[in-house]
Amino acid sequence: MATQPAVETERASGGVRRPRLWLVGSVVAVAILAVVPLLTDRRDLLNLLFLVYLAVCLGQSWNIIGGFAGQVNLGHAAFFGIGALVARNLWAVQGYPFSLAFLAGGLAAVAFAMVIGVPTFRLRGVYFAIGTLGVGEVLRLTTANALPLVSALPTDLVNTYDLASRYELALALAAASTLAAYVLLHSRLGLGILAVREDEEAAQATGVDALRHKLVALAISSLFAGLAGATFAYYHVSYYPELAFSPHWTFDAVLITFIGGLGTLIGPVVGAVFYVLVREQLAVTLVNVHQVIFGILFIVVVLALPGGLVDLSSRLCRKR
Amino acid sequence: MSPQLVAQNLVFGLFVGSNYGLAAVGLSLVFGVLRVLNVAHGELLMVGGYVTFWLFTLTGLDPFLSALVCAPVLFVLGLALNYGLFGFVERLDEETKIKNSLLISFGLTLVIQNAAQALWSADERSVSSSLVAGGTVVMGIALPYTRLAGLILALLTIVALHQLLQRTYFGKAVRATAEDWEAASVAGIDVQRTYLITFALGAALAGVAGTLVSIQYSIAPAVGIAWTLKALVVVVLAGLGSIFGAFAAGLVLGIAEQISVFILGAAYREVVGLVLFLLVLVLRPQGLFGSRAR
Repeated sequence: MATQPAVETERASGGVRRPRLWLVGSVVAVAILAVVPLLTDRRDLLNLLFLVYLAVCLGQSWNIIGGFAGQVNLGHAAFFGIGALVARNLWAVQGYPFSLAFLAGGLAAVAFAMVIGVPTFRLRGVYFAIGTLGVGEVLRLTTANALPLVSALPTDLVNTYDLASRYELALALAAASTLAAYVLLHSRLGLGILAVREDEEAAQATGVDALRHKLVALAISSLFAGLAGATFAYYHVSYYPELAFSPHWTFDAVLITFIGGLGTLIGPVVGAVFYVLVREQLAVTLVNVHQVIFGILFIVVVLALPGGLVDLSSRLCRKR
Repeated sequence: MSPQLVAQNLVFGLFVGSNYGLAAVGLSLVFGVLRVLNVAHGELLMVGGYVTFWLFTLTGLDPFLSALVCAPVLFVLGLALNYGLFGFVERLDEETKIKNSLLISFGLTLVIQNAAQALWSADERSVSSSLVAGGTVVMGIALPYTRLAGLILALLTIVALHQLLQRTYFGKAVRATAEDWEAASVAGIDVQRTYLITFALGAALAGVAGTLVSIQYSIAPAVGIAWTLKALVVVVLAGLGSIFGAFAAGLVLGIAEQISVFILGAAYREVVGLVLFLLVLVLRPQGLFGSRAR
């Protein structure tokens, strides 16, 4: 490892140069954020932070399959939606405790991901992208066709609704997904996944089972997407079930990852904060046009700035 | 189940499938030649539908005739998109090129869809043709004229494309580039120009498909992704790069959907395409009409 250039080790640790300092800093930051609901009862602030946490989890989960494993997933909304659908149904309709419904939502997303992942990962190229786009869209249309239009909470659940618990759950999920990405990057498994991204044949030749590594990355990714969906289902008092499958969840996840920095650990966090804050501003002033701006920004990042904000800032620092 | 009802369903599947086929041919052409997978193909189709809608609303032009305007308009849009966007990924190695083209076109879907919504609102629009109103019944099978005319227009477009690719010098250049762009380049073919025109041709095909969709279904800014998906499933069903196989596979998907609606009800018709897609990957990855795995 000593002969490796500094840039490479930095990349393997996900763009973080002094991991221990960062770890302490992150724990302190999460702890401070966790007590925010005790200090304030401004619902707008808590709602905004909830959206940021959900975005962090979406970004981290997409980054694990798209950034670490290098597989373009165009149907993240499917896993998010399945998580929401299953959790909502078990919790609000069937009456199971939420913790159980939450886990079931995540596992259902993993199950769906495997149905798509196993056949498409056996072949290389565009099949995974098509398969994920397909499962997202098919689930959205089928939910719209086959399920009741609105999913509303029963009255007893509305009466006991409290925003702080949603807030804490989303924060915990954002932290857990970031921690999972960190642990993955520093594990043998994660190195194998990165190796598959860089060169599948070379990875195979050194004894890395490419199919297995891609599937594990997909399982972790879809688990967090499903849990994020379950959190979404826990948060909303009433929503259209179709909405949880809307392609904009995929757009959000991809956009956040690329704007922040594809394949880095803090990229999705930076991207999520930037994206949610700018979006909330633009959505008010520009209504429809704000998504056009994000679309153009995304294309520019892919073409001209493949490292995202994280890469941009480190390049600016180095120049100075 | 009377044989008449079965025949009616098959014929209807054929009508529906001709739209899927036409939507897929352009996508397949672009992927086969440029190795660029344009997931904004459905958005181009949607724009074509709006061109038809506005021509009909503002000038009263019959929608079937507007295909003659729609194709050149989309051709120019395709030129612009290739020149300003997809041209940048042309020189990358194949794997990176496919990945980046997916991402760029994914961003493009967001741009086109929301721009359409801002410009033309989220309302569903549709047009009707006065040239071919009504229908006829042959041996107990209802044949609406609009559907029949749609099928004929789709077939004519495919035949024209076939003639272009097989009978002209340009077509030869396209086929050569698809097979091996390096060898084509050595043989004196302007590969960059071939890419540019092929992409524009793919967009023009999406435009004609959009015309047919606006007549037989309805057009809204959000319909693009559903048509992209149909086209993608059809392209995989046919085998990636099999251009004319894509039209046949479109007919197969149309009929399969119609049969499933008959058996399972309309709510689950979208699932059919996904199941066929997964089955093909497991059983015959080179596709129904593909000769080699790519």
